[in-house]
Amino acid sequence: MPREIIMPKLGESVVEGVIGRWLKQVGDTIAMDEALVEVDTDKVNAEVPSPYVGVLEKIVAAEGETVPVGAVIAVIREEGEGAADDTEGEREERPIEAPNDKAADASAPLEASEKEQGAPGAPYAVRSPHIYTPSVRRLAGESGVDPESVTGTGAGGRVTKQDMERAIAERESRERSGASESPQRSAPAAARSAAKTAHTPEVTAEGDEVLPITRLRRTIAERMVHSKQTVPHAWTTVEVDVDSLVKWRESIKDEFRRREGINLTYLPFVVKAAVEALREYPILNSTWEEDRIVIKRQIHIGIAVDLDDGLIVPVIRNADQKSIVGLAWAISDLATRARSGSLTPDDVTGGTFTVNNTGAFGSVLSAPIINYPQAAILSMETINKRPVVVGDGIAIRSMMNLCMSLDHRVLDGAVCGRFLRSVKNRLESYDSNTPLY
Amino acid sequence: MATKRHIELGLSDQDILDMYKTMVVARAVDDRADILVRSGKIPFTVLGQGQEGAQVAAAQTLVAGRDWVLPYYRDVGVVLAMGMSLREVMLFEFGKADDPNSGGRQMPKHWGHRRLRIVSQSSPVATELPHACGLAWAMRLKKEEGIVWASFGDGVVSKGDFHEALNFAGIHKLPIVFFCENNYYAISVPFSKQSPVPSVADRASAYGMPGVSVDGNDVFAVYKASLEAAERAKRGEGSTLIEARTYRFAPHTSNDDDRRYRSREEVEKWKRLDPIARLFAYLKEHGLLDEERAAAIRSDAEKEVLEAAQWAERAPDPDPASVGAYVYAQEGDAHGR
Amino acid sequence: MAVKNVLEAIRATMFEEMERDERVFLLGQDVGRHGGVMNASMGLYDAFGEERVVDTPLAESSIVGIAIGAALGGLLPIAEIQFGDFVLSAVDQIISEAAKMRYRSNNDFHCPIVVRVPYGGGIHGGLYHSQNVESIFFSTPGLKIVAPTTPADVKGLLRAAIYDPDPVIFMEHKLAYRSIKGEFPEGAYDLPIGKADVKRVGKDLTVIAYGMMMHYALGAAEQLAEEGIETEVIDLCTLLPLDRETLVASAKKTGKVMVVHEDNLTGGIGAEVAASITEEAFMYLDAPIKRVAAPDIPSTPYNPILERAMIPTQEQILIGMRELARF
Repeated sequence: MPREIIMPKLGESVVEGVIGRWLKQVGDTIAMDEALVEVDTDKVNAEVPSPYVGVLEKIVAAEGETVPVGAVIAVIREEGEGAADDTEGEREERPIEAPNDKAADASAPLEASEKEQGAPGAPYAVRSPHIYTPSVRRLAGESGVDPESVTGTGAGGRVTKQDMERAIAERESRERSGASESPQRSAPAAARSAAKTAHTPEVTAEGDEVLPITRLRRTIAERMVHSKQTVPHAWTTVEVDVDSLVKWRESIKDEFRRREGINLTYLPFVVKAAVEALREYPILNSTWEEDRIVIKRQIHIGIAVDLDDGLIVPVIRNADQKSIVGLAWAISDLATRARSGSLTPDDVTGGTFTVNNTGAFGSVLSAPIINYPQAAILSMETINKRPVVVGDGIAIRSMMNLCMSLDHRVLDGAVCGRFLRSVKNRLESYDSNTPLY
Repeated sequence: MATKRHIELGLSDQDILDMYKTMVVARAVDDRADILVRSGKIPFTVLGQGQEGAQVAAAQTLVAGRDWVLPYYRDVGVVLAMGMSLREVMLFEFGKADDPNSGGRQMPKHWGHRRLRIVSQSSPVATELPHACGLAWAMRLKKEEGIVWASFGDGVVSKGDFHEALNFAGIHKLPIVFFCENNYYAISVPFSKQSPVPSVADRASAYGMPGVSVDGNDVFAVYKASLEAAERAKRGEGSTLIEARTYRFAPHTSNDDDRRYRSREEVEKWKRLDPIARLFAYLKEHGLLDEERAAAIRSDAEKEVLEAAQWAERAPDPDPASVGAYVYAQEGDAHGR
Repeated sequence: MAVKNVLEAIRATMFEEMERDERVFLLGQDVGRHGGVMNASMGLYDAFGEERVVDTPLAESSIVGIAIGAALGGLLPIAEIQFGDFVLSAVDQIISEAAKMRYRSNNDFHCPIVVRVPYGGGIHGGLYHSQNVESIFFSTPGLKIVAPTTPADVKGLLRAAIYDPDPVIFMEHKLAYRSIKGEFPEGAYDLPIGKADVKRVGKDLTVIAYGMMMHYALGAAEQLAEEGIETEVIDLCTLLPLDRETLVASAKKTGKVMVVHEDNLTGGIGAEVAASITEEAFMYLDAPIKRVAAPDIPSTPYNPILERAMIPTQEQILIGMRELARF
């Protein structure tokens, strides 16, 4: 039966390792304890021995790949296999989840009642709803609101601090509306009310709308701040003559819609041109990691999708292996799922470069914020007909600006200029002779 | 007339007379402290009568304010020789506010005096020996002159920190003199139950340093060994372990009754080897001192000690409000001295 | 700003301060050529030489004792204890000597040492490579104990510890070394010892934690936020002296407090936190103060399943928080 080889924990506190040389190849016969692969961590370098006798069936983690502790790196087909294996045995062989894996912890079922003292889960003793906590008593004393008159929302119908605060606020708002009709409100109540007001910061003016910060908004905010504070952004832009691309796309878009069932936008063309240019200038597809720069072998393109309350950047994996149609499909799928909220964590991680379609909003110039830790971000602006000089004459052409922000720690203007020129040349060459599939 | 040993060792007549006086004053301090306890004036003291010869002779090789000195709680002779005044010693006996050693916080004789580079000591023994190594390390990094001198009783040799410190000092050839005042008892437990080898000096070979065992009641023997050790340290050749064989005539502290574990015959035998009496005999032999002047030195010492004790008794006690002071640094405290 | 993990932050901070101030030096078993068994001092030996990156014998009492002596002699030593479990050999030096030096000498001597103590379980370290030793030192006035677990906090507090005029136990959670990454501030970046840090603002309940438990609490707080419950998460950062002011203020705000630590329940930091809040904010409490801690077991067992059964998990913390919120 297939047996998984996992990334071992080489040294206390180590959380990941880098796959070195594979000492065995797929199809090789493996003896017990035979070395399979070299693994480097920042503590030790070691050879990982096989705990099984069999044949190396699959190498999951490639050389140079960084793999978390506990992840599968290879599969061995164990000798004498074929017999119906009991799942019991399989479970026994399953690697134990790394205890530092918080996600694993959180998803694991927990028998709280089995835990020793100090563990949560032991229910509080049954309470009478008429026994009040110090906080509720204090609020009752200060406000004069009788907790007996308040509906409790706590466990067992207990009146909570929040219940009291709500009741006090309601009474005050009643008093306030009453006060405009009958100004003879008692002085102490007014003083109390004034004191309350003084405690609440009133930074909003009448009619202002207060929006709570959603988790998405907060995440966006944190990421943007982090990127802007960490990465020295530089910005550059080029003009692209997309006249032939526009003509071509106009001629095929209806047919495309009929045949594929999705719209053919300009985005897949730009992504296509970008990934081809990335292959030409791989330094753009890289990450600054303080003591080194890592050029990513795989090209995963993030595309910004706007949502009602923010935006999200799902990732087209191995975008360089897709045709224009393949890219159109991938973009359509990701955008649909982004808007329906059905993206998986894999869909939004691992991007190595981002393409942003700010042109969709009519923008002609933008200075995008880099999607940290990527090295650069490209934004395509809106396509406009403009008079341009062609040869010695003036022509009306469809023009588009491409704007790029770059991490100046990794990249300099020269290489980015060459990269943008490559993207531009490719886009300007797209016409009916370009393969869609 | 025999050869003048002090001249051979480079000590002047005045030097050796001063050393004699310091020994007599140290004896008078312990005698007075004992009386103060027995008369109910102070709750506690440590006693070291009989060990003054070793203490004063060793301290004679040190330079106050340059060398770091880590004496232990019997070393009245050492701290007096290094320059602590009688009034300062007596403020400590009474635990007064102005006691420079601890401001009344430590039990008496747990020395510490910043100006004299006498490093604050605790009661758990041997813990100061790694400090000696650290001080020597600091001197090395800061390229300071001088040596580190640390003394201790024979009980210390049983502790782990003794081993750890001498091990480190030996490895790094640190400029330290480890000075054991072996009085043959760790309170009541005799040296034979502390050590499987007959001499503390035997241990030195394990730490790659010379071990020297000398008659601790012979000031010249102690001075010679200490001087050689200090010179060796200054030459960068590393540490030396000295065992000064001596004896305390009194109990361990005012709270101890040594009759439970020592015969009076044994104590009397050692009293005949009293270092003060032996040095007097030498000084008399060489015409440097006679009975009359010796008696005057003794009575002057007792008078000075009594005066210091009476003065210290009247000195102010610490303010109860100061009990919480100096747990942590306050604003403006010096740092990184 | 650079992103580093906690271990890299410790290394970089030591490097920067040794470069800046000749008084700073490091000593401990394996810190030299090896770079430390945790790799904390990698590169320091080559940069600063054997007199400032001192490989000591395997003897924790003297590692701390030598540091004390060197501090008395005017240096600013950093003593590395290989595993917190072994600091117990040096307790006499830490408690009898370092902690009492200033008090017993009436302010004449003081002891500006840092003792770096890698602590904590979850690393399959068994009984003697996993212990939480902070409560042993927690009742020792004269000591300071800091326990930062973000790279920025590590930098700010390690710098503060090195130059602090009093002895500091610098607790480093081993599980955080490589798993916790974050921004590492450039240049002079100082944080005050003795201040807790509100890592997440919330109004419904307060969770007070440190070390890896703080990160679990933050994770649980995010999960709970999806249920509409906003948790305030306070990272103690300094355990001693305890920042009662920040804790009490938060308790008064939310009325519900939970303390989480990986150390044993009995006599842990949580007991003091709970007592302080009860004394100073009793009339603001809307629920009993809850503690989530390791059960009273001598130390962490080696078998990973047993280990997991001992150390509080994010799920346990979440369950406790949810229950407290619903009280």
